[in-house]
Amino acid sequence: MLGLIGKKLGMTQLFVEDGSVVPVTAIEAGPCPVVQVKTGERDGYRAVQLGFGQRKPSRSRKPGLGHAARAGLDFEPQVTREFRLSATDVIADDPHVPAKREAAGAGGEEAPESAAVSEDRAGEQASELRVGARLTVAMFKEGERVKVSGRSKGRGFQGVVKRHGFRGRPKTHGHPSIRVPGSVGPGTDPSRVIKGRKMAGHMGTDRQTVRNLQVVRVDLERNLLYVRGSVPGSRNGWVYVSKQ
Amino acid sequence: MAMDVIQQIEKEQLRSDIPDVSPGDTVRVMVRVVEGDKERIQPFEGVCIARSGGGLRETLTVRKVSGGVGVERIFPIHSPSIAELRIVRRGKVRRAKLYYLRSLRGKKARIKEKRED
Repeated sequence: MLGLIGKKLGMTQLFVEDGSVVPVTAIEAGPCPVVQVKTGERDGYRAVQLGFGQRKPSRSRKPGLGHAARAGLDFEPQVTREFRLSATDVIADDPHVPAKREAAGAGGEEAPESAAVSEDRAGEQASELRVGARLTVAMFKEGERVKVSGRSKGRGFQGVVKRHGFRGRPKTHGHPSIRVPGSVGPGTDPSRVIKGRKMAGHMGTDRQTVRNLQVVRVDLERNLLYVRGSVPGSRNGWVYVSKQ
Repeated sequence: MAMDVIQQIEKEQLRSDIPDVSPGDTVRVMVRVVEGDKERIQPFEGVCIARSGGGLRETLTVRKVSGGVGVERIFPIHSPSIAELRIVRRGKVRRAKLYYLRSLRGKKARIKEKRED
């Protein structure tokens, strides 16, 4: 689904209308230029490739600059990422979609209310979803549920207690070691350890997705998105916020 | 750099109209209460027994004895649901946290008034 690339700024709290305190993660999201549009007949799937940030000229790659120049950018984005499009998202210069209204109606399985929402959104996106367009946090509404993906913090080589939530052994009553995995399987038959056995190993720096996070506030001026709760990754890490 | 933005966001939410309350002070907190679609203001008066947290997260613990039962409420002091916070009386105490008041009642739970000389 359509979304934005952002940078996790960190967590804070907000006071909402009813006076309660909400823990939020601040994400600097967008403005994301559309760098490339993938269409069904040319690429086999429909998606937009978005960019975010500016690479220093000395760090830019020539092919990257050329790719970005097609979108009218004179710099290479720091990150690019594709977002798949749903049937209700309209690509401006897609010849397969003759009129935006028709395409918006094509997503018939959606609830009437969201269909109405996506219809007027389609109206504004019709001019937006072409190469060189810019997507901003305006695409998200307060109260909306979103999906946030990121790369989790690296934990290094961890034992089974931290990595898989094993309980370990009792700390008292003469146990020689307390954070051990215990038996890893039967003995002579099958004489091997079954594949997929949970063991100690590297933990973290995985791509993690948290779904159903509520957008608490949208700051259009600073391109900020406040999402309730925590999101994967460290501060200044890239996160991908998308519609559900 | 990210933390600069966070600090900026928190700074914007700070309230400047809240007086500097110290533990031992008797305060009157006017709380906005929303009932259905009506909003009214409910006072809560008692002794501030603790201040904790910093910046936007700072809170006050206010204790009063109501009908023989001790009642404590924790107020985030920068919350917009506090309509007004007034200091009724300044108290002279030698602790930052007055949790010992919980086990005292009557005359022993009194706090001397602070004199400005």
